Amino acid sequence: MINFQHGDLLNNLSAAVEQIAREHMRPFSREVDEHEHEINPDSYINTMYEVLKATGGASNSPVMGAKEGGDKKRRTGNVTSVVFIEKMAWGDCGMYLATPMPLLGGAAVGAAGTPEQKLKFMGRFKEGKPKWAAMAITEPGCGSDSGAVTTTATLEGDSWVLNGEKIFVTAGKRAVEDSEGFVVVWATVDRKAGRSGIKPFLVDHHTPGMKVTKLEHKHGIRCSDTAVLVFDNCKIPKENLLGSAEVKPTGDSKGFKGVMATFDATRPPVAASAVGVGRAAVEYTHEYLAKQGVAPRYGIGRNKLTAIEKDLMMMEAKVKASWLLTLKAAWMSDIGEPNNLEASICKCKAGRDMVAVCQKAVEILGPEGYSRKHLVEKWMRDAKIGDIYEGTQQIQKLVVARRIFGYSREQLA
Amino acid sequence: MFDLEPTEEQQLMVQTARELAKNEMDPAAHDADEAAKLPEGFLKKSWELGLACPAIPEKYAGASMDRSAVTGAMILEELGAGDASMAFAMQSPAAVAYPVLDYGTDLQKELVLRACTAAEFPKLSAALMEPYYDFDPTMLRTTALRSGTNYVLNGAKCLVPNGSTADSFLVYAREGGSGFDNVSAFFVQKSLPGVTVSAKEKNMGLNALDTVTLTLTDVAVSPETKLGGPAGCNFERIMSYGRIAQSAIAVGVARRAYEHSVSYAMERKTWGQPIATRQAVAFMIADMRIELDAARLLVWEAAWHLDKGEKATKESYLAKMVVDEMVLKVTDDAVMVMGGHGFIRENPVERWLRNGRGFGTFDGLAMV
Repeated sequence: MINFQHGDLLNNLSAAVEQIAREHMRPFSREVDEHEHEINPDSYINTMYEVLKATGGASNSPVMGAKEGGDKKRRTGNVTSVVFIEKMAWGDCGMYLATPMPLLGGAAVGAAGTPEQKLKFMGRFKEGKPKWAAMAITEPGCGSDSGAVTTTATLEGDSWVLNGEKIFVTAGKRAVEDSEGFVVVWATVDRKAGRSGIKPFLVDHHTPGMKVTKLEHKHGIRCSDTAVLVFDNCKIPKENLLGSAEVKPTGDSKGFKGVMATFDATRPPVAASAVGVGRAAVEYTHEYLAKQGVAPRYGIGRNKLTAIEKDLMMMEAKVKASWLLTLKAAWMSDIGEPNNLEASICKCKAGRDMVAVCQKAVEILGPEGYSRKHLVEKWMRDAKIGDIYEGTQQIQKLVVARRIFGYSREQLA
Repeated sequence: MFDLEPTEEQQLMVQTARELAKNEMDPAAHDADEAAKLPEGFLKKSWELGLACPAIPEKYAGASMDRSAVTGAMILEELGAGDASMAFAMQSPAAVAYPVLDYGTDLQKELVLRACTAAEFPKLSAALMEPYYDFDPTMLRTTALRSGTNYVLNGAKCLVPNGSTADSFLVYAREGGSGFDNVSAFFVQKSLPGVTVSAKEKNMGLNALDTVTLTLTDVAVSPETKLGGPAGCNFERIMSYGRIAQSAIAVGVARRAYEHSVSYAMERKTWGQPIATRQAVAFMIADMRIELDAARLLVWEAAWHLDKGEKATKESYLAKMVVDEMVLKVTDDAVMVMGGHGFIRENPVERWLRNGRGFGTFDGLAMV
């Protein structure tokens, strides 16, 4: 039965998340943005970690959250997580990305980890000080074509030895240097095997041979650390391989499909984070205009609308459309339907349209919008990452098109 | 809890509509458009399926289904995918029946709802739109002013569906100032003095749909003809139902154009490869799909608010805004996918673009 409403439990929890966003994120947004790498949003991090510990939420990755009460038959973790993430990103997208929880690394462990691995790497999020987990895929020479990974993993006795350089590691420094977290590193065990040889490895914090060599200075989401990680004969236990070690001679291996499955689960959360930023911009524009005595006249003959009314309404509609697509993709995961197409649809649309929405917000506020007095210019910078990471808009379109036509990556590259 | 799974009843009705669209509407659409006439017997045949206003209660010999805008939107998408002209034509009685069901007096219900469950296609139509660039439902130029015990109606209405054959019109008119609250609807017989029905309008698209311009010059009607009697109707809500219905048909038109583009792109080859393997084309089609899916959800969500009894003025307005832009873009892109072939009238995309262009200029042309 078609229903666009969430259950009471989720509504209550998301109201709590919104309160944290309002009290511990927004007031610090500007300051943290202006002092990249210099100050931590401690108020948010500490509050959120205590909440996550208390609710058990921190032990779960956002994409594998607990069941919503009531209906035992249906998983609700994916819908729940996008609802939370949208609220957090509404508060501040950079801070959301600095949330002390397993995030992408946790998603990989959740998707491919053994019970022992889950206990060892996820259990730590239930106790002690705030921790982070990161995912390291991208390299200077490869991005979305993750099959081109050159970081190597060589088996030496009971250890894997990692060598290579990873860039754009979100929360990389917080995960491996600032806390007792971990990072999932994608490396090849057999370069000749191509994609089949690429496997994810769990690397614990402060492992010798792993070093953060750089923190990027970014356009937006400045509160989130984006690290370069260098692995120089970095030794990890043999059992830290995620999934199977087997390298199949031809075609895809489970390991590589694991990355892709992770992305199916993580694109809706990324879309949700974009939507949160877009909603913040729309709400702010509404409030700003209301103070100037401008109230959009919903329902009247459309040719009577002013340009600003039309823009504002379109912004609002775009945010809602992206949000509904995101919920749909997450809901499909929850009911166990393949959502590869829908996950890319929501990510493509939300990433692209939220950039447009925030650009429009700056435009509508005019010189005030361009000023750093208001957060809209910051949201515009923050929104841009939603159009890029976890696969750019263009990569998403490729995935969408391949699904529509039933083409392989060889047929439509 | 969030859910997008249609009920079994909805799935059945969608299936019925889909079959009608596939077997009767789509194959006949080209000839109907060229001839500017609905296929012979189409209205009767489609009417018998009971898709137009299934929520009329048993009391009036109706099917007594739930009054659901969501279900209506699902059905209308299918019909729109069949053919927009036929979809509007077969749905037009609902634009009279449903406002009467929701607000009509007992007598109005008795007359109208009975007519809408009879075997014959009802000769009823609603007249809302007006022939002005700044047509505004909150500021109609058609007025209904009290004169003694009667109302006197003056104004012009356009795009009145099935207008040539209808003998009674539900005419929306402004009683006083601006705003939805000042709008009422009146039953106006074609035979009344002062009522002029034009010849069939000639529009850019929707050629098979019979639409007329209705001119009202000092037309006197009794208070009993006012929808809902002295209490009137909730015109704001009627508009929301109308915007959802119209948008659902548009989603259907766009879907059909999208599906056609997908299959054509996989067949048509350039330099030995299907054009679907070229990113320039593949990305265009991916975008068509993305915007289509987004628009449908907005329509469903707006409809869902209505079904819950909530006001959906904003939701239906925004949904329509997005849908109108989407259907134009998608049908235009469908023409582009076909290149020169898309410009030829034998090719359906040409018609879909003409039909698609219309939606942004209509407001409340159908009802769920």
